[in-house]
Amino acid sequence: MKRRTLVLFGLILMQAAVPTLQYDAVDFLKPTPSVSVGEVAGVATNSKGHLLVYTRTGSLNVTVGTARAFGHGPSRLLEFDQNGKLVNEFGEGLYALTYAQSVRVDRQDNIWIVDQYSNMVVKFDPEGRVLLTFGRRPETASSVTANVGAGAARGGAAPAAGAAGARGGAAAPAGPPRGSEIPAPPAGRGGAPAQTAAAPRGGGRGNPGAGTAGDSFNRPTDVAWDAAGNIFITDGFGTNSRILKMDKNGRFVKTFGSTGSENGQLNKPASIAIDTKGDVYVADKGNNRIQVFNNDGVFKTQFTNVGTPSAICISPGAHQYLFSSNSNDPDNLDHGEIYKMELDGTILGKFGTAGHSLKEFGTVNALDCPSENTLFVGELLNWRVQKVTLRK
Amino acid sequence: MKRLITICVLIITLQALPAFAQGGQGIKEIPYDSIPNFLKLPPNLYMGEGIGVARDSKGHVYAYTRSGATRLFEFDDKGNFVREIASGSYAMEMAHGVRVDPQDNIWIVDEGTNMVVKYTPEGRAALILGRRPDPFDGVPTNAVFAVNTNPPLPYRFDRPTDIAFDSAGNFFVSDGYGNSRVAKYDKNGRFLKTTGSRGSAPGQLNTPHSIQTDAKGNVYVADRGNNRIQVYDNDLNLIKSITGIGSPWAVCITPGPHQYLYSSNSSPESNNSAQMATSGEIYKMELDGTILGKFGKGGKMAGEFSTTHAMDCRNENELLIGEITSWRIQKIILKPGAAGSAK
Repeated sequence: MKRRTLVLFGLILMQAAVPTLQYDAVDFLKPTPSVSVGEVAGVATNSKGHLLVYTRTGSLNVTVGTARAFGHGPSRLLEFDQNGKLVNEFGEGLYALTYAQSVRVDRQDNIWIVDQYSNMVVKFDPEGRVLLTFGRRPETASSVTANVGAGAARGGAAPAAGAAGARGGAAAPAGPPRGSEIPAPPAGRGGAPAQTAAAPRGGGRGNPGAGTAGDSFNRPTDVAWDAAGNIFITDGFGTNSRILKMDKNGRFVKTFGSTGSENGQLNKPASIAIDTKGDVYVADKGNNRIQVFNNDGVFKTQFTNVGTPSAICISPGAHQYLFSSNSNDPDNLDHGEIYKMELDGTILGKFGTAGHSLKEFGTVNALDCPSENTLFVGELLNWRVQKVTLRK
Repeated sequence: MKRLITICVLIITLQALPAFAQGGQGIKEIPYDSIPNFLKLPPNLYMGEGIGVARDSKGHVYAYTRSGATRLFEFDDKGNFVREIASGSYAMEMAHGVRVDPQDNIWIVDEGTNMVVKYTPEGRAALILGRRPDPFDGVPTNAVFAVNTNPPLPYRFDRPTDIAFDSAGNFFVSDGYGNSRVAKYDKNGRFLKTTGSRGSAPGQLNTPHSIQTDAKGNVYVADRGNNRIQVYDNDLNLIKSITGIGSPWAVCITPGPHQYLYSSNSSPESNNSAQMATSGEIYKMELDGTILGKFGKGGKMAGEFSTTHAMDCRNENELLIGEITSWRIQKIILKPGAAGSAK
């Protein structure tokens, strides 16, 4: 009763008085001398309380081959026990593990990873065997090299410079083999890679793996399941703006959503969670809202007062709660708070702010909430998983 | 005592003959020895380019090297290999600087990922600043020596070069090849201030390549492309400019009550033997820029310097010199006492 009164009061003040939740946090992962954990893109707990971490680490390499360049990524999928001790690694050297985006664990403790660069979603059994694959890794590194010379980060770099080659590949995020003086991959030289640019030309077919039909993903972001085992995948940060629904065997059911800001449209859907009734909650990051769909993908409602939702989770149990992170942009330390909500969008409180210190959050990319007062928070900027305990 | 007299004599001499100092003529040569093969690597482990070198309070040596991959090695004070730190780190692509702060944390600056990472003495990443570019931004092929003419963003480096710390725990990043600025952060990594833009006017920068602070918190920036060291107060207001020392690639400041500034006029083009006769010397200065002497020259032999990229001077007369080419870190023993004796 008291809480409800408080919530009503908060709504009257137009969220100016969203209660601040008290919380404690620990840097959860114990040191891992054998593995250098990088950006924590995904976190998920299994039924034993172990934590799966999908991290971007090492260097994304581009190698030179016949008429095109190939990308090789070193993202790693690690398992930590309930004390934060590294106990296992899955999928070392696996074809799909390139640029980590998300990891989730389903009700049967199967582990699912979502990878932006390989455009793949992979289901592992609890022992790490590959059970199902979705999407296909592009045959070339064009999603990286297609932008050669576009100079997006620098402004004014001429497209013609594509063949120049970075001396030593110094600033290239996907450079040549390390320590080499070999020029950057020959994208734009010899024509072939440039002609297979990621963006389809004039309605062309584009690359394998780019498109919207079936499980042709373009930088997919997250996965969730309903009680029947149907699979929902947010797709994604690329040119698709949709959610793919498949049955538990990976058979196509439907796809819904398109690019835009109207109800039911999406702009960079970043994260997804499903409640026990089967309603689908999508962090529609580019539209600064959480959209709620029914199990058939019909728009139900939206929550627009929680900043820029970049990661969401729904706690288990009879009374479920929705958590959403208003993550800071990597270029600043603005906002960064995490909201706790009822499933109807009522904000119960918020906690945290952007920063590098303990109890602060650096561009949260993943939330896992095994209970209503326990969260695992995966950060891109701080290469860290914080275990957050909300005080009652 | 004898050293003090020597220095006093030098100061008097230099003040009497400032033109000599500015012209690089008449500067005392400081005698020195090189300790060959100071760093001892285990079999099948190799140094690459000696890009960064720094010692901690125990005398342990950290070498940030462009080897097959960019790697961070730790050696003990005798030069014995201890361990590798953060192998395969997401931040390590193209080494540029390593420094150790007063609490013995080890900080790396990587210009291939635009990242600065603080490691605890145990080797754990404790503060991460900047961000490796998203691969979907594509490969900027003409990035080398490209200059960012837009105002720099507080938390985004563009090929940063070096880092320095003040006694309050604030730190300063020289940034770098793309941006032309110095940025100040508090000990928790929050942005405080930035100064500088591309150019040659006072306060402007052309490749700020190395950075140090003195005990008062003043900031010394090796403004390599402008052939000067610019000195700022702790709030990054320009105080003065030090010239007459060639192109400063690497600077370091000694600890202790009387601090000295070293600066290397490194051979400008890597491994170019034609330039080695006219560059490569290292200057020893008072903090006010008064030149006390110089030593060394370009070259590949022990005791010569092939494009010095980093210096550690935790001990005033025992320097560690990291060279790009020659793939080594030399230990140099200065013998300033001998400088005064007219040998």
